[in-house]
Amino acid sequence: MSTIRILVGTKKGAFILTADGARKNWEVSGPHFAGWEMYHLKGSPVDPNRIYASQSSGWFGQIIQRSDDGGKTWNTPGSSAEELKSAEGFPKGESNKFVYAGEAGTHKWFDGSQHPWEFKRVWHVEPSLTDPDTAYAGVEDAAIFKTTDGGKTWQELPGLRRAKGNLWQPGAGGMAVHTILLDPKNEKRIYVAISAGGCFRTDDGGNTWKPITRGLKSPFELPDPDAEVGHCVHRITLHPSRPDVLFMQKHWDVLRTDNAGEQWTEVSGNLPSDFGFPIDVHAHEPETIFVVPITSDSLHFPPEGKLRVYRSRTGGNEWEALTKGLPQKDCYVNVLRDAMAVDQLDPCGIYFGTTGGQVYGSADGGDTWNAIVRDLPAVYSVEVQTLP
Amino acid sequence: MIRVVLPYHLRNLAHMDGEVELEVAAPVTVGAVLDALEARHPVLRGTIRDHATLKRRSFVRFFVCKEDWSLEPPETSLPEAIVSGAEPFLIIGAMAGG
Repeated sequence: MSTIRILVGTKKGAFILTADGARKNWEVSGPHFAGWEMYHLKGSPVDPNRIYASQSSGWFGQIIQRSDDGGKTWNTPGSSAEELKSAEGFPKGESNKFVYAGEAGTHKWFDGSQHPWEFKRVWHVEPSLTDPDTAYAGVEDAAIFKTTDGGKTWQELPGLRRAKGNLWQPGAGGMAVHTILLDPKNEKRIYVAISAGGCFRTDDGGNTWKPITRGLKSPFELPDPDAEVGHCVHRITLHPSRPDVLFMQKHWDVLRTDNAGEQWTEVSGNLPSDFGFPIDVHAHEPETIFVVPITSDSLHFPPEGKLRVYRSRTGGNEWEALTKGLPQKDCYVNVLRDAMAVDQLDPCGIYFGTTGGQVYGSADGGDTWNAIVRDLPAVYSVEVQTLP
Repeated sequence: MIRVVLPYHLRNLAHMDGEVELEVAAPVTVGAVLDALEARHPVLRGTIRDHATLKRRSFVRFFVCKEDWSLEPPETSLPEAIVSGAEPFLIIGAMAGG
């Protein structure tokens, strides 16, 4: 029977939740890296026991950790047992060196002036689909880095910031590359999303990038209706069978594109609010998507205090509320952009974490939900591994 | 022998307990102590001072003989009590909420 492993990043450490394919009885491991902010953990698709983790702190900055045994033990890359060189057995890895390529340059600041790029942290790690030693890191201030040596060293792909980076601007949450999507059918194509820079695509492996924002409207954030960059894209997702079809949760609006971002169309339909953060696609139904509506940009909690996942089986526009097992009164948590994921079983499992420390799971495509854990620190990210 | 005391999280990161003892050639400055510390524990590079600029991270403080030396230039020589090991060089995580 398959095993499901959920990698949960929180404000105060990482947790690993494990269950068999029935997805009823869960074991909780953690906190790993207790006291550190764990923005994101994700396993390699080709070597699931290799997991990359972004560990950071306002005091001590950024660390990249790596596990090669499914999260049982961790090392800063370059410091695994066989690589330890010092007589005392101290870690030698220096996996936290994220230095912008060349002149760091400037971006737009809150007062409209230009502000130097300053590295703060890694928001998202996206392992390669084909090579366990290769991964991409989306960072704040917004840029994308790549490792080809298992996380020991990281190099920026500076072409992204040349895509009008001087016009990108931080929002209240900072300015970060928070989503990286690798095209499973075209290894040269990568999508990224940036708050508040927009959405970008490379077709040459990361050398050059172009904004893909036609059709996005952000009248409350960007007075120019035709602005190419500066949109506050909260999350994008795709189904691997159709990598030219993307779905987006923007600051406001849920949208889709059927041509790799050349044109976006709003599909918010009958959602009670089209503000939100995560969006994800069913593992086996490419037109079935999930969002969690949030009241507004000023009120980061569910409308009416009811935590509802909304599911569309039509690729948007027509949405149904999924409420069974979720709190339907007095609920004022948020669900952050990287905090929803699906497993690969049939029926598909869907999982999301909240800023109140709950991780909810559904083993039936969203029809019913259970709290797997209730009292973790605020959840930043949820990733799921389906293991044979 | 220079004695360096690290904050809890950096001790964990470096897989160590207690103080770090370092041999540092004269002149023993703040910068020289940090260079020696990072040479022995490369995993600490970037956690105390920025990789590129070597500027002290904002929420890290240096205490020397009951005084806050955080704002001293890195080339400042440390007092004899630190050089002799009578007093430790304290690296502190500054008070901050959250």
